[in-house]
Parts: sequence; structure tokens; C-alpha cells
Amino acid sequence: MSDTPTNPPDDERIIARSRFREALIRPELGGIAGIILVFFFFLLTAADSGMFGPAGVMNWSIVSAQFAIIAVGACLLMIAGEFDLSVGSMIGFAGIIIAILSVQMGWPMWMAIITTFVLCTALGAVNGWLVIKTGLPSFIVTLAFLYILRGLTIFAAIATTRKTIIGGVRDVAEGDWLAAIFGGKILTGFFQWMGDTGLIEVFERGTRKGQPVVDGIPMLIVWALVLIVFGHILLTRTRFGNWIFASGGDAQSARYTGVPVNRVKILMFMFTAFCATVFATCQVMEFGSAGADRGLLKEFEAIISVVIGGALLTGGYGSVIGAALGALIFGVVQQGLFFAGVESSLFRVFLGVILLLAVILNTYIRRMITGEK
Amino acid sequence: MSDKSKPIVQMKNIEKHFGAVIALAGVSLDVFPGECHCLLGDNGAGKSTFIKALAGVHKPTKGEIIFEGKPMEFDRPRDAIAAGIATVYQDLAMIPLMSVSRNFFMGNEPIKKLGPIGFFDHETANRITMEEMGKMGISLRGPDQAVGTLSGGERQTVAIARAVHFGAKVLILDEPTSALGVRQTANVLATVDKVRKQGIAVVLITHNVRHAMAVGDRFTVLNRGQTLGTAERGNITPEELQDMMAGGAELATLEGSLGGTV
Repeated sequence: MSDTPTNPPDDERIIARSRFREALIRPELGGIAGIILVFFFFLLTAADSGMFGPAGVMNWSIVSAQFAIIAVGACLLMIAGEFDLSVGSMIGFAGIIIAILSVQMGWPMWMAIITTFVLCTALGAVNGWLVIKTGLPSFIVTLAFLYILRGLTIFAAIATTRKTIIGGVRDVAEGDWLAAIFGGKILTGFFQWMGDTGLIEVFERGTRKGQPVVDGIPMLIVWALVLIVFGHILLTRTRFGNWIFASGGDAQSARYTGVPVNRVKILMFMFTAFCATVFATCQVMEFGSAGADRGLLKEFEAIISVVIGGALLTGGYGSVIGAALGALIFGVVQQGLFFAGVESSLFRVFLGVILLLAVILNTYIRRMITGEK
Repeated sequence: MSDKSKPIVQMKNIEKHFGAVIALAGVSLDVFPGECHCLLGDNGAGKSTFIKALAGVHKPTKGEIIFEGKPMEFDRPRDAIAAGIATVYQDLAMIPLMSVSRNFFMGNEPIKKLGPIGFFDHETANRITMEEMGKMGISLRGPDQAVGTLSGGERQTVAIARAVHFGAKVLILDEPTSALGVRQTANVLATVDKVRKQGIAVVLITHNVRHAMAVGDRFTVLNRGQTLGTAERGNITPEELQDMMAGGAELATLEGSLGGTV
């Protein structure tokens, strides 16, 4: 800004910092560095394993998209200053409810899906309302819901079917317009064309002879991209986004200036529950079944993606793009170690190390931003 | 600009009881547009309770608040803010991790409509922030500089500039200089002077007589929940103010033992 009317002389004690250094001070830095590191590592170790062929790319893209869907919700909630540890249980709960309503009770699939979304976002609101009304840390309130929802899920599944896995979803979902939005694929014609023209490989034999190895983009990936774009614009380009930052940065200060902190936080709990339900619905449509144990540990995987993406655990700072990069790192590493032929138990070691590095880097960046260092 | 001969705020016989404790026992105060009215008093004198009654945080047990000639009842801080009474508290209502411009417009974000969706108008927000800060004599690296990198005095100035920009007619400053160094204190007091010259009434709470004498037009001293009187600039010496604040005789004895350094 050079057209400032009365610009006082610059303070001689402020050292001019390069644009490069300024550009480095951003929440996504850890995520970008991580992506470069991870791709470099797997290009060296797993380049000839098919990891970067069409089928390989699709493989880790789907896994990353799964992480990204729940990471977007967890990211906005964390920036608003709260946690939700019930995400994983919510995934299992939503899946079982869809299956019970559609398969057991014979509802049309679209009605089962919409009902589940309403129920789960309402439960998200209950989470938020309890946190606001009791003033307890969201860590404790949502930890209670982690157990409550998981227990209810298993109970509901056993009580209705005597099993913890409910199959037969695919038959009910057949031809349903809403089920296709979660379980379908787009651009199938384009991929068939690419297969026909030899741009990507096709199956040589078997029942799918002549079909391309990747036959379309699953709606799961579309949902992930839509949620990332939505979350990013909401956070950085809208008034509500400023309220999210303010609520997490300092709730009391935000209240003084008239930000409706309680409403912001409850809405973010609802959005997190919405994201968990999107994840669950996509998964149920893909597998054709719902399992009471689905989504185990997903809450932590979401939080790890968000933290790798540069958000502060204490709230008020972070980025949706960063969280998406965190999810991508997560997916690439999980699938990449498989492609590279590394013992899969080492995945957790790798994850722990990345998490630790990310948090150390984030703390350093935060100190630079607030001028402590 | 409002009429300078009529008080913008009149507080008459304000009483506030917290259970059995009488925090305010009938305090009266007039504030005129364009004046800096200093409210002095030692800790526990009732300064904060008194201004919180004006800011809508506490509802007075008894007494009347007349704002622009009309009796007012503020149920919530929002009511007072909407009427044009802005308070800059000691903790400033600033968020260190957020940029100056995001802080400046927190809760009052400018909106740019794109179809049905209202987006945060960052260009307008950044431009106004730089202009307003320039007027107050603060040079920012940029509107996206985090508030955490500003000094205490600069943050105080951002908070004051924000209140003024959003149409404050009465600006209450709660001990704005209490945690600042000499140079920063001078900057903040200079800002208060600029604000006063724009015709805004400033109520400055402090227990530092020298800071009060530097910018104040009138001085009201509170002690143990009561007004000890209001004096005009030039009719009172710093020593007299100091004595009134501390309750006279006691401090005289103390001062004797300290060799007149207090």
C-alpha cells in the first residue's frame, strides 16, 4: 500500500524482510514441505512399482480424499478453537443408521441418507451445545460422545440384525438418485475414451477386458474437492471466516466486538458431523455394507492431517488448503509404503515422526508471526 | 458535530450494590463532546464499576443515565455500542494471531456482494485500516501484519482507531497507559488528544495523575464509591489530585516517611 495519506517514517529498528521470507510465514508451509519430501521419497523408492501409474494414483488419491473429507471439518472446528473426538464414532453411527433405515426398514435410499444427515448434524449440534453450555473442554465432551455413539452403533446393529455388519445396501441403492451422488463415478466416458486411444492402460483379459484400469473419478474425490474449496473460501473470503478465526483466537475478545461466538462454534461442530456423514455415506455406497466398527481412530487421523497442515491445536490459526495437503501426505505415505514394499507397521512410526516435525515447525512459524522470535 | 455546550452523557447518582457490598454510593458525572474527562481513583474506588454501568456491562441499582438528552437503559454491552458508547478495555479485544485489518473489522466486516453470497471485502478493509492507522501516526508493514507483532501502545492505538472508525461518540478508555513505557504512553496520550479534537467525548480512567494532567480537561476523583468532586483544568494541582485520590491525611503521613517521592 503506497497511497497511504500520512505515512510516518519507517521505524529504523524494523529489519526489512525479503518477500521470500514473508511468503514462508504461512500455515501451509509445513504441508508444502511435507508433500515435496514425501513425493521425493516415493519417487526414489517406489517409482517402478506402479504407484505413479493411473491405478496407483487413483489408489492413493481415494485414500487421501477420505482423509481430506474429515480433515476439512476438523480443520475449521480446530481454528474455531474446539476439537471433536467423536468423528470416528460418528462415521460408524451414520453408516449403520443408513443401512438400518434402508435395508432393515425398507426406506428408499434417498430418504435414509437425508434422515441420517439430519440426525448426525443434530448430534453435532448437541456436542457443540454441551461444550458451550457446560463450559467444559470439547476434548472431554466429545470423548464422551466417542464412547456413547460407538456403543449405540453396535447396540443398534445387534438389536436389529444380530450382526455388526449390515450388507445388502447396494441392492437398495440401485438406481437411487441420491446414492449416486455418494457412490457413483464421473467422467467415465472420458476415461473409456482415454483407454480406447491408449492414453491409459486397459484390462487385457477377464470380464472387464477392454475397459480402462481407471474407469472414472469416484464421487468421494469430488466431495473432497468440493469440501476443500468450500471450506477454504468460507474461511478466507467471508465474514463468517473472520468469525471462525476470532472465536478460536480469543473467544472473549471476539464477544466484546460482537462476534456470535457460540453460534460459530455450534455451527462448526455441526459441519464436522456433516463431513463425517459424507465420509460414512460414500464408504457405505462403495462397500455396499455398513459396519459398526467403521471409522475407528478416524478422529485422530483427521486431527493429524489438520496439524500437519499448519493449524494450531490452541485454535485461531490454520488453513483448509494446509489440512488438505496434510490429508494428501497421509494418504500417499499410507499407500506408498505398501507400494514400496515396506513393512506396513512402520507406517505408524513414519506418521508419528511427521506429526512431531509438523508441530515443531508450526510452533516456530507461529512465533515468527507473533514476533516472539 | 454535536453541540459542545450540552453534555452528551449525564450520569446521576449512580448506585451499584453487589450483594451486601456497596460499590458505588451515588456517583454523578457529566461528559461534554470534545472533552477528555479523566476519572481518577485508587484501586477499589469504583472506577471500573462506574464505567461498566455506562458501557452496559452492569445495570445500576439506582440512578439515571442520560445520553444525548434521553434517559437510557442499557441491558447489554451491544446496546451501549449501538448507541455510540465504545469501551476500550485493558485487554483490548484484539487477537494476536490475526492481522491488523482482520482485527480492525472483527464483528463489523465489510461485505462485497457476489450474487447472493456476501464475501469479506479485503481490499476495502485493508485500505481503511491503513488510512486509519496512518491518521493515528502508526506505520504498519502492511494490513496483513499480525497484531501480535505490534507494541502495547500500537495495539492500544489500533483499538482506539477501531472504536472511532465505527462511530463512537463517547470513548471510554480503561487504564490505557497502565502497562506502557514512557514513549508509548506519550503516543497513546497524543492519540487521545487527536480523538478529542474530532469532537468525541473521551472518558479516561487512570490512577496516574501525571497522565491525567497531560490530556484531561476535567477531573473527577472517586474514593470508596463516592465522588470527591470534579475540577477543571487549571483549577487544581497534581498534588491536590493525588491527595484526593488517596484520601488525604493517610497519604500525607506516608509521603512524609518516603520523602515526598510518591
